[in-house]
Amino acid sequence: MSSRLIVSRRTLLTGAAGAATLAVAPALRSPAIAQNAPLKVGLMLPYTGTYAKLGKFIDDGFRLYVEQKGGKLGGREIAFVQVDDESKPEAATDNMNRLVGREKADVVIGTVHSGVAMAMVKVARDTKTLMIIPNAGANDATGPACAPNIFRSSFSNWQTTFPMGKVLADAGIKNVATITWRYTAGAEMIDAFAENFTKHGGNIVEKMTVPFPEVEFQALLTRVATLKPDAVFSFFAGGGAVKFVKDYAAAGLGKTIPLYGAGFLTDGTLPAQGDAANGIRTTLHYADDLDIPANVAFLKAFKDKTSNVGDIYAVQGYDAAALLDAGMTAVGGDDKQRDKMIAAMGAAKIDSPRGPLSFNKAHNPIQNIYLREVRNGRNELISIAQKDVDDPARGCKLA
Amino acid sequence: MDLVTFGVQLLNAIQYGMVLFLVASGLTLVFGILGVINLAHGAFYMFGAYLAYWIAAYTGSFWIAMVAGVAIAFVVGLVLENVFIRRLYGRDHLVQVLLSFGLILVIDEAREILFGKDVHSVAPPAWLSGSIQLTDNLSYPVYRLAICGFCLIVAALIFFVITRTKIGMIVRAGAENREMTRVLGIKFDVVNRYVFAVGIALAALGGIVIAPISTVFPGMGDGMLILSFVVVVLGGIGSVAGAAVGALLIGLTDTFGKVFFPSVSSILIYVLMAAVLLWRPNGILGRREV
Repeated sequence: MSSRLIVSRRTLLTGAAGAATLAVAPALRSPAIAQNAPLKVGLMLPYTGTYAKLGKFIDDGFRLYVEQKGGKLGGREIAFVQVDDESKPEAATDNMNRLVGREKADVVIGTVHSGVAMAMVKVARDTKTLMIIPNAGANDATGPACAPNIFRSSFSNWQTTFPMGKVLADAGIKNVATITWRYTAGAEMIDAFAENFTKHGGNIVEKMTVPFPEVEFQALLTRVATLKPDAVFSFFAGGGAVKFVKDYAAAGLGKTIPLYGAGFLTDGTLPAQGDAANGIRTTLHYADDLDIPANVAFLKAFKDKTSNVGDIYAVQGYDAAALLDAGMTAVGGDDKQRDKMIAAMGAAKIDSPRGPLSFNKAHNPIQNIYLREVRNGRNELISIAQKDVDDPARGCKLA
Repeated sequence: MDLVTFGVQLLNAIQYGMVLFLVASGLTLVFGILGVINLAHGAFYMFGAYLAYWIAAYTGSFWIAMVAGVAIAFVVGLVLENVFIRRLYGRDHLVQVLLSFGLILVIDEAREILFGKDVHSVAPPAWLSGSIQLTDNLSYPVYRLAICGFCLIVAALIFFVITRTKIGMIVRAGAENREMTRVLGIKFDVVNRYVFAVGIALAALGGIVIAPISTVFPGMGDGMLILSFVVVVLGGIGSVAGAAVGALLIGLTDTFGKVFFPSVSSILIYVLMAAVLLWRPNGILGRREV
């Protein structure tokens, strides 16, 4: 009951905001020749709630790229329409339908939460709307649910942790216990790690789970102490990641059993984790100190625009715009030449702040996955864990 | 499971139960004595944790944060009772749910305006920040043990006030028969105001004390609210002793459930609640008629 009440209040607000946008928009919408009208980009992101900061950074990253291109992609003006998805899957279908139907968005960019993104994918498949996912990692989006008009500028859950399996095996680690929340993202990340780790001769001692989003870990930490594995591999995010890392350190386990994790364990959470996070190694498609020209230039431009330090979410938003640009440039701004545009996007080679970025047949990024270690309050680069990691896109029928 | 591990898990269970009791005791007071369902209890718990973070960051002292945080929550409780809650005594529970749900929204927005939505952590006092080596590779933070002791003191205080003082007598009389207490000329309404404020202060105190071992984050009150209601219903509505028993039972069930039956651990406490309610519909220490 409670969530429904929030939705109606917020929906009312977004509805009002949408109406206000429409009232201003006629001047832009009136030109008779469709091609001269701006391309309408629908940003469906979490602007409030737990993931609000992520939504803001993706939004800023996307707009930064468009600004750098003078407000045009492929010579065509870009207009924006925003919807706050609040990370609520139950409202996702309605929000997406509104963007595609009433707002007539030509492209939809969204979103952070996997449950919301999958609902959006369903609508995009039905309405054939061009969609770029700038974060949500659910394997299914570029697996069984893949479609020509659906792209992802971020990662698949499988992709971020698979390389870690070999990293640990190569380090001579034999027995690993895993801990995560019992939900899709957790299972996908742990399974990908386990797949590669056991392939290289490793042994998973025990897969422990905590109900999502519970943060009481004490019983399982005691279990870890009893099992005495060589290492622990884990995935948590946000408040759960902070508490898990701190509890792990407070239990003194870090001294004898090193903690490894998916990159999200230490991303955006380091100020709150403090010293407890020092030395934790994780894999992700980005590192805070990635010293390549594209990243240096991006971080500077992002800082100038927003006065914030850019992160992976900002990069994913930025690259979503770069991907759209690749398609729009190929068709000279005429998004009606759809097949040509989609082909160009699928073949895009982007010089991303994260490193070289291209796309597989399911439209999931092919990208480097980096091994990072927490030092000086940053996720510092150790090495490339695996070059050009390509998600197997299991269940995808696209050839 | 060897004896040492069992002992450690038992300690985990009791410590978790103590924390639950601290938060739930305020809820059971307000629910049992005033008959008000306060859904915003979890929100006040979260607000207390943010206050602890904010005041500790400014003053550098966890103790100042604790005293000031509880004082602020107490005053907020008095004001809220005066402006809103007192109009709801004896009214339909649905009205109370609506009001306290509104309070959740207001507190959440206030938190966002005042403190933002970032995740924070709070350092425990320096002399409690160490840890004790339990087994060859496992140590136990001293602060967690200190929480156990602290919760026992709070519990003893609540028991003392309710069973041994005049205020406690009025509170018990009011909970038993509101109209009769009023007719006897006892200023029950004034006592109500303080009971409500104490309930809010206890929620905030829970958030403050737990902040160093938990993390301070926007949604932290939601899960705690549900657990608190389970504790209150399990123990018997309005019974502080019942809340203590209920909290310990849940701590044990949750901890050993995670160890022995990990795949169903999330529903075990609700199974426990259902079983207890079948056996005693008014909770373990609940009165027959509420």
